Amino acid sequence: MSTVVANSTSFRSTVSIMRRHPGLVFGLVVVAAMVLLAIAAPWLHTLDPTLIRPRMRLKPPSSEFWFGTDASGRDLWSRIAYGSRISLIVGASVASASLVIGLVIGMIAGAIRKLDGIIMRIMDGVMAIPAILLAIMVVSLFGAALQTVIIAITLPEIPRVVRLTRSVVLTVRGEAYVEAAISMGTPTQILMIRHILPNILAPVIVQATFTASAAILIEASLSFLGIGTPSEIPSWGNIMADGRNYFQMAPQLIIAPGLLVALTVLAVNILGDGLRDLLDPRLAKSVGDAR
Amino acid sequence: MVRFLFRRLLSIIPVLAIVSIIVFLALRLGPGDPAAILAGDSATPEMVAAMRAHLGLDQSLPQQFLHWVVQIAHGDLGRSITSNQPVTTLVASRLQPTLALAIATIIFSILVATPLGVLAAWRRGTWVDNLASGGAVIGFALPAFVTGYLLVFVFALKLQWLPVQGFVPLSEGFWPFGRHLVLPTLTLSTIYIALITRVTRASMLEILGEDFVRTARAKGLPERVVLFRHALGNSAIPILSVIGIGIALLLGGVVVTESVFSIPGLGRLTVEAVVARDYPVVQGIIILFSGVYVLINLAVDISYAIFDPRISY
Repeated sequence: MSTVVANSTSFRSTVSIMRRHPGLVFGLVVVAAMVLLAIAAPWLHTLDPTLIRPRMRLKPPSSEFWFGTDASGRDLWSRIAYGSRISLIVGASVASASLVIGLVIGMIAGAIRKLDGIIMRIMDGVMAIPAILLAIMVVSLFGAALQTVIIAITLPEIPRVVRLTRSVVLTVRGEAYVEAAISMGTPTQILMIRHILPNILAPVIVQATFTASAAILIEASLSFLGIGTPSEIPSWGNIMADGRNYFQMAPQLIIAPGLLVALTVLAVNILGDGLRDLLDPRLAKSVGDAR
Repeated sequence: MVRFLFRRLLSIIPVLAIVSIIVFLALRLGPGDPAAILAGDSATPEMVAAMRAHLGLDQSLPQQFLHWVVQIAHGDLGRSITSNQPVTTLVASRLQPTLALAIATIIFSILVATPLGVLAAWRRGTWVDNLASGGAVIGFALPAFVTGYLLVFVFALKLQWLPVQGFVPLSEGFWPFGRHLVLPTLTLSTIYIALITRVTRASMLEILGEDFVRTARAKGLPERVVLFRHALGNSAIPILSVIGIGIALLLGGVVVTESVFSIPGLGRLTVEAVVARDYPVVQGIIILFSGVYVLINLAVDISYAIFDPRISY
């Protein structure tokens, strides 16, 4: 890890890292493009994504409406451009929330023997409920709002971070320098932050990228099912939900946002694979295999 | 062996207990008073209170929980708020499409993914491997709604080989039943095939480097025997466990796939129940799906012990 950081200061080794990890480059480029699309949406030949034009229903692609219009006469390209915001917000929020919460719970489980058993049994229980179903249950109880959707998707992702964190804590705790620190009377909190946290960060950051892609996928699925992000907000899943009844006439209503979901998920996954190989090849087995 | 079985059986109890506590608490602590909903819009406060007493909602939370668990243990998942039918009856009426889809997907995925993974590992670094590995990465990122609609577009709308959507029960003949199942199965299989191919390839690569494989080749065994009996036989455990873990993805995928193809199964029932805020039905299905997931993984674990004589507990 430290050698990577030191090397990357020089341009030549950055190029060599990029050459050795083409996936990382592909992932970064696509994710950067998505971020750009989300930020610059208002200036990319977009119109009001929610403006309904009754006389312009289901128009084919044209110079005014790049991707055509949907069944309410809304501009598909504008909806897709603005919709990228929801996917990125959900991906980033779920990844960071589950990372922070999972880290804290995982470190507690790894450090305090008394709580370990009970915490891990609870995590086993949460993991026994398929992620989409747990999210569906939360959304059904608290109604569809963007925050609810984010919480609903975060919940099933937490146990994976907890398990990973705990396993790293348990491994690191046996290392000589940690035992030395303990024998010198270092308080547990400082021990955790100074000696254990740096070891956990690499695998957990890799896990966070996989969490982000899973979150984007689940948000799109929930919205597609009509039980995710509120339907008045343009999100890729909502665009597809609206387009379902018109698939035969205007397949682009589903294919275009669908392929973008797939491309984003693919790019973030490949980015995660690249990060994993770059940060720690030994991780290849423990992180992100079967989600 | 018997002791292992017993211990493993006991170990699912805390998991199931936690699952039921989560589902129970989510419903009781969530907004909305089930008694008020069941009593109807025109109910007086007295009627709501009577309904609450009738449902046992006036008892303490732990009492309610115990009562509820005893009910589930008796196979009673409660009643739907909207149709007033028992949840078990509703589930039973929607079971066939989901079961057919899930079984077809599992069989198809294993039949495609295992040979693919073996081939990719055997021909490591060649175009076959690149195709299989790259395909697995892409397949893992393809959401069911994308695969589903692309397949419908090509095979149902353009080529008109297969029906666009719907489900025909087996009782109306195998041919229509099978025709309607092809596209949903392909859709749901994508991610599962990707997952199994990846793990099969990885564990085969590991095994193919072992000494006993070299010995088997050196003594002149046909490559087919070396690959499938020696190598695949010894990579069975990671493959089996990913098939078990993947069931969670499969159950989640069922919900989306059934929605894409308008299949009247448990996935559609879940979505309908959520839209109608029919909590008991949502609760029942989640308990059922989680129970199935836990039991399948239990079966997978037990099968290791049966198939692999090296594992002794």
